[in-house]
Amino acid sequence: MKLEAKNITFGYKKSKTILNDVNLTITESERVALSAPSGFGKTTFCQILAGYEKPWSGQILLDGKPLPKKGYSPVQMIWQHPERAVDPAIRIGDTLAQCPDLDPAVIKGLGIEKDWYQRFPGELSGGEIQRFCIAAALGKETRFLIADEISTMLDLITQSQIWHFLLSETKKRRIGMAFVSHSSDLTDRIATKIVAMEKE
Amino acid sequence: MEANKRKEILNIEDLFISFNQYEKGLHRVDINVITNLSVNVMEREIVAIVGSSGSGKSLLAHAVLGLLPKNANVRGRISFRGELLTAKRIGELRGKEICLVPQSVGYLDPLMKVGIQVRHSRDDEETKKRQQQLFDDYALKEGTAELYPFELSGGMARRVLLASALMENPKLIIADEPTPGLDLPLAKKAMADFRDFADKGNGVLLITHDIELALEVADRIAVFYAGTTVEEALVSDFDREETLRHPYTKALWRAFPQHGFRSLDGVQPYVKEMPSGCPFAPRCESVEPACSGEIPLRTVAGGTVRCVRFSDNKGEHGEKGAEENEA
Repeated sequence: MKLEAKNITFGYKKSKTILNDVNLTITESERVALSAPSGFGKTTFCQILAGYEKPWSGQILLDGKPLPKKGYSPVQMIWQHPERAVDPAIRIGDTLAQCPDLDPAVIKGLGIEKDWYQRFPGELSGGEIQRFCIAAALGKETRFLIADEISTMLDLITQSQIWHFLLSETKKRRIGMAFVSHSSDLTDRIATKIVAMEKE
Repeated sequence: MEANKRKEILNIEDLFISFNQYEKGLHRVDINVITNLSVNVMEREIVAIVGSSGSGKSLLAHAVLGLLPKNANVRGRISFRGELLTAKRIGELRGKEICLVPQSVGYLDPLMKVGIQVRHSRDDEETKKRQQQLFDDYALKEGTAELYPFELSGGMARRVLLASALMENPKLIIADEPTPGLDLPLAKKAMADFRDFADKGNGVLLITHDIELALEVADRIAVFYAGTTVEEALVSDFDREETLRHPYTKALWRAFPQHGFRSLDGVQPYVKEMPSGCPFAPRCESVEPACSGEIPLRTVAGGTVRCVRFSDNKGEHGEKGAEENEA
């Protein structure tokens, strides 16, 4: 399986192009680190890869076909701010239950505890919410993960807990991954390939 | 000796913060979120507070600035330059002598262009020049001042917040997670600026979970776990695992990507289910019955630690015992 970004051009304003003709291919089991200066458009590119933003031109192809428009996408994104990715007014267990494709083994592997389900996001720490977000992103159908600085808000112990789990799970299921991290030590540990994005 | 000549800028002694919350119906409970916290910042000093998310780090910043919500109870002493900080005094100092670099971009006014926001609504030439200078320093391109917060990337907004704090000439900067979203050169630039700022005779309280960055600029590191300081160490203590004191700090050290990237099972205890005694005890490998009792803060080798292995009658022996356990 492979995920391709072909000639992606995008901007938020007509007058300002952020991404200009960006190409990237991720194959299964590959872990690609996207490296670029702050404000370059990494988050934007991640959102396009996962289908959250529609590019002006160019396309995202999964094995040569566009991403499915309906249902659980095989390309899933994990966000930088877990507390903003969940509804603060709903118990976290109910948010998770909305995800159609949960894998009980993942929930167990992430160390999510039963009594967390009853809590609201405000009663959980960032690391705990991020585990729920990962569980939601790692459904049975997930083939590719897009991880945008998912551990910058977490302390080192939580960070290593979460990455150890993600590494073992993606290896086991041959999931491909694109990730952004500003820590070079972390990137060295995880990436199989580093792609530096540069302006022409 | 030199330390005696420097004046103390901020001193927090035995701080307790609890929140009064409604549980069911009219039943109310007090939740202790910060217990027994002491930390101080001297002139020319950067003190980093590092700890896991949800350990109460931001609350500490908000307590100093008097920004806690109404249902918070605060006990303990906070003094600024030798003077007790009362609610009225904080109001006078906030934004002038004490500035906060907040954690989230959400602290910017969404309906105001960032330039005028950083200038605190002043429009004279001098202020404009200073703001432009700060924006240039942080590689914020021309025209950034005319953007609204939603048009900024995470890293750009972070830099705007930094510029905003440096706009005034404060005596103390409290920076709450100032670096996530910044690439390494910019993060280092921000840290270097804090260093410069401190070297001019000011103080910085740097609240972060990014120990690696904190180690580069800070003078002292206070390690925070579940609402309390478990250890205060010198930066050089982090060179080797053996010179660190508390088991949590050691575990943190081992989780560095370059020191083995070892993780630890379990999570920080939930505020409503806090164990008595040491909050790290449920995850600690050298836990003993005494851990559930009252544990005083002790001075050990130039730093402080709150751990039973360092109680008076054990001292160095406790340290050895731990090493055997790890081996």
